Amino acid sequence: MFQIRIHGRGGQGVVTAAELLSVAAFIEGTHAQAFPSFGSERMGAPVVSFCRFDDREIRLREPIQDPDALIIQDTTLLHSVDVFGGLKADGFIVINSTRSFDELGIADFVATFPPHHVCVVGATELAMKHVKRAVPNAALLGGFAAISGRLHMTSVAEAILEKFPGAIGDANVAAAREAYDIAKTA
Amino acid sequence: MQKQMEGSEAVAKAVALCRPEVVCAYPITPQTHIVEGVGALVKNGSLANCEFINVESEFAALSVAIGASAAGARTYTATASQGLLFMGEAVYNAAGLGLPIVMTIGNRAIGAPINIWNDHSDSMSMRDSGWIQLYAETNQEAIDLHIQAFRLAEELSCPVMVCMDGFILTHAYERLDIPTQEEVDAFLPAFDPVQVLDPDDPYSIGAMVGPEAFTEVRYLANDTQLQALKLIPEIGGIFKDVFGRESGGLVHEYKSTDAETIVIALGSINGTIKDVIDDMREDGVAIGSVSICSFRPFPLAELRQALGDAKRIVVVEKSLAPGLGGIVDSNVRMALGGASRPVYTVIAGLGGRVITKASLQEVFEAAGDDRLPDLQFLDLDHAAVEHEIVRARQTRRSGPTAEHILRQKAGGARP
Repeated sequence: MFQIRIHGRGGQGVVTAAELLSVAAFIEGTHAQAFPSFGSERMGAPVVSFCRFDDREIRLREPIQDPDALIIQDTTLLHSVDVFGGLKADGFIVINSTRSFDELGIADFVATFPPHHVCVVGATELAMKHVKRAVPNAALLGGFAAISGRLHMTSVAEAILEKFPGAIGDANVAAAREAYDIAKTA
Repeated sequence: MQKQMEGSEAVAKAVALCRPEVVCAYPITPQTHIVEGVGALVKNGSLANCEFINVESEFAALSVAIGASAAGARTYTATASQGLLFMGEAVYNAAGLGLPIVMTIGNRAIGAPINIWNDHSDSMSMRDSGWIQLYAETNQEAIDLHIQAFRLAEELSCPVMVCMDGFILTHAYERLDIPTQEEVDAFLPAFDPVQVLDPDDPYSIGAMVGPEAFTEVRYLANDTQLQALKLIPEIGGIFKDVFGRESGGLVHEYKSTDAETIVIALGSINGTIKDVIDDMREDGVAIGSVSICSFRPFPLAELRQALGDAKRIVVVEKSLAPGLGGIVDSNVRMALGGASRPVYTVIAGLGGRVITKASLQEVFEAAGDDRLPDLQFLDLDHAAVEHEIVRARQTRRSGPTAEHILRQKAGGARP
């Protein structure tokens, strides 16, 4: 089983990101389960969502406490929420930021992970460029696909287009592809 | 067709495939996306010949459903939590009148204290209302149970609640097999009511029944449930013939045949329990589980048989009868009759408290060594409750309990 936890704030598409991951995995024939942290969601409040991949039916219903991968949509959470809690030693980290790990103050922590398992992607900027809205979720999925190798970029694109057919979907796919390329070459 | 889908959206699709003619909705929180989804299908025309009625309250939602059903329409609604309580009087009426309404309960806790998260307090409060209650283990089963529920309800002229865990199932995306319209049409005949308000053949429904006849009417209500005990497995069998998969039935057994310890639970927590069982089986522990799908009628004989010669029973339940202990537990004890073997009650997941594999394994191991108390609250913060008990005892005007526990949990000073 491969488990992903997504941290962000209400309005950033945290729950949709987990849904899209599960749809992309489904497209590849993998069993996937996505669910939000349950609560009264509101704009700006910390939100967590979860996604599991497995090659058999997923029966487990507990929240993900020991993730294999983390997607952090908002760096203001880094020092207020235990976003890294339980992350496996060889896990993956994708952070939405234009700053370096050093500038984010987590360089020492991140250095303990395999170098190609971690990346920062300016996903909000990519979203502004392509989608014209500050919704970083789709771009971060491109970054996740690139560093984890768990999903093909084509499946991520297909999942995005299934959820958002038309121009909005195309724009999000463009953001995700650019993030994918940035993470691949980083 | 297989699709990655949210539980609520999938149930909305499944309900639409059953061609309901009236759907009543009062979409206050807590609601799920289910009636919203059905509403969208009515609006875009994919669910034809269906009246979607927005009403002013949950009480009105079920009251309108009662009227529609009595007029011969296949009728559906959904609710949860306080919404179900607010319909309470109509819940009993629908059953007492024998109207085959199907209602989804997206299971949630009941306040006070205010809580919107999952447990089984809501549907459990209506367990003796005369409705059939089926509990879904997965979203696939939730879809399948809705399709079966209409057939069951209409064959018996008895309302059916399909209970699915709020959030845990309703908001989860998973791979689901959505049936085709042809499959559902082949399984579910058109509604042929046993009683209908028809101007051409007028009679009344809802008579005043005095002491001379009330017992007889109630006896027949019980008899309807006993008929359901036979019909539920039959319908499950027919469902399998049409759709090619097992769903529903009275109980589901998992590795229970040779088990010394058997865990009993309702709903989605059975998935996590199965994973724990697999882990413990690898360590050589003889443990299995029985998931109760039909809670009303309660399958006494089938459960007794499923429990076989197990040395001990652990009931994991998301409900509490304050002053007694477990609700599911007291029903399970009835199935055991006089047989003397330990039955441990584990109250878990109240108000959305996370139930982890680790915590379950811990209590199952303790049960295996027979060192579990009769009644245990999973992952209870003993220090917090003991502190509050002492505090309340020392001060007459000790104030509200919930607020004090919250303050302790937030790490605030213990006054």
